[in-house]
Amino acid sequence: MSRPKDAMNRLRDPEALSFWQRTYVPEILRGLKLTAAHFFRNLLIHIFHLAGLWKDRRGAETVQYPEEVRGYSPRLRSLHRLTKRDDGSPRCVACMMCETICPARCIYIVATEHPDPNIEKRPASFDIDLGKCVFCGFCVEVCPEDAIRMDTHILNFAAYSRQEMVWDINRLLSNEPQRVEGIGEIRKVK
Amino acid sequence: MLEWAVAAGKVAFSLFVLLNFVMVLTWAERKQSALMQDRIGANRASILGFTLLGLFHPIADAIKMVTKEDFVPQGASRALHTLAPFIALFFALISFAVIPLGDELAVGGCTISLQVIDLNVGILYVFAAMSLGVYGFVLAGWASGNNFSLLGALRASSQMISYEITIGATVVGLIMVFGTASLQTLVRRQGDLLLGFLPGWGVFYQPLGFLLFTTAAMAETKRAPFDLPEGESEIIGYFTEYSGIKFGMFLMTDFTETVVMAGLVVTLFFGGWQFPYLQPDGFHFPGAAVVSISPLAVSIAQVMTFLVKLAVFCWLFLLVRWTFPRFRYDQLMRLGWQMMLPLSILNVLVTGALLLLLHR
Repeated sequence: MSRPKDAMNRLRDPEALSFWQRTYVPEILRGLKLTAAHFFRNLLIHIFHLAGLWKDRRGAETVQYPEEVRGYSPRLRSLHRLTKRDDGSPRCVACMMCETICPARCIYIVATEHPDPNIEKRPASFDIDLGKCVFCGFCVEVCPEDAIRMDTHILNFAAYSRQEMVWDINRLLSNEPQRVEGIGEIRKVK
Repeated sequence: MLEWAVAAGKVAFSLFVLLNFVMVLTWAERKQSALMQDRIGANRASILGFTLLGLFHPIADAIKMVTKEDFVPQGASRALHTLAPFIALFFALISFAVIPLGDELAVGGCTISLQVIDLNVGILYVFAAMSLGVYGFVLAGWASGNNFSLLGALRASSQMISYEITIGATVVGLIMVFGTASLQTLVRRQGDLLLGFLPGWGVFYQPLGFLLFTTAAMAETKRAPFDLPEGESEIIGYFTEYSGIKFGMFLMTDFTETVVMAGLVVTLFFGGWQFPYLQPDGFHFPGAAVVSISPLAVSIAQVMTFLVKLAVFCWLFLLVRWTFPRFRYDQLMRLGWQMMLPLSILNVLVTGALLLLLHR
């Protein structure tokens, strides 16, 4: 029974600080040393950068978006695109699976007959309201035709009006997949 | 006539140095904190595509502050609300007047003291100006018509008054050592050598006094870790009801006080404009080696020395400001009244006893 009591006493009364520690001075000096070391190391690196040296070392963790971007992971869910058949028409068969599963209800599909009798339907219109989209990726997972994907790596699709945030079928079809390279690597954008 | 021109020139030069330091300090604060935290800091303001390491940001900030809406809350006293930032900034600015930027400059037959005014109670003048500055903060809290601002003002005044006592008591030891309260004379006496090789700077006579004075001086500037009057992130400070350039003036007051305090530490404890071994006619090294330099070059070297020392201490104050978290209010008061005040009085007693022994 004595051990828990000891532990409680230690909690209430931690090891008594020595006089030198209670003056705050040693810990203050340690703290100043740490921050000053960061200051001078980064200053030195920046000065060397100005002289064109040490380019592989970074003086700051900051990524200067949008001049610099990091390579995104392939599983990043970015702006949607509609995939195409060999002839350029959308692979979508307007089965409404994505519209049904969408938790934000931001997909609006109007189905119509497809001229090819082997294909059930095609979308007359396919709108995604990005102002509502929560980028959960359910539409991609539920699609039986692999007709919708979120691999464009486009993230800057902000617009000035709500209407512009609605992407129609033509804009979605024109999005291209982004090749994944150097995940996490910082590269300059021209 | 010439006297007036010289006096106006000295005031202009002193204000030029002070205000430029304040302006660059707003930039330095952002850049230095960025470097300490592995960030980049302000680098976007540009003129014709040149960013110049973000040095245009102080100008951009000033333009922003001036053009913003100047809002006075409904319950506020309009006249006092407007007056408060002027009082705060005015007393911060004038306290720089007694800090010597250099020794006498001899130009064309007349000697000009590189100091706006050499009061024989220079140190007391600085303290008086700082104490009067507290009225600005109290008035700001009082006239805002906001109880939280008033509480912030009360915190500010009680903190500043508590630490002014320590500042005053630590300087007593220094005045005893050098036997003067005039800052120019004090700096001149720090030009003598200690033990034949050390520059006779105040810090070597009063190391404890230096530590206490620097700590209390940081508390006087009301910046972290002593930023309880403002507490910009959570507790509400005395300038909550201020906007636009009036708010900017309070910010400027803080930076001005930082520069003035750094200047005071340099003047009192680090020999002011004294460059080690540099006498009015050139270098006098301990080994009796003498390198003579023209008086004008000596004056320039003195001013540069002072400015470099000032910059170093501004850097140190920023380093402290961006390293330590804020004190709790009871810790602040305990540090001020139970640790620093007794120590500073002890410092006075020990200094007095030693002086009595040495000069017997």
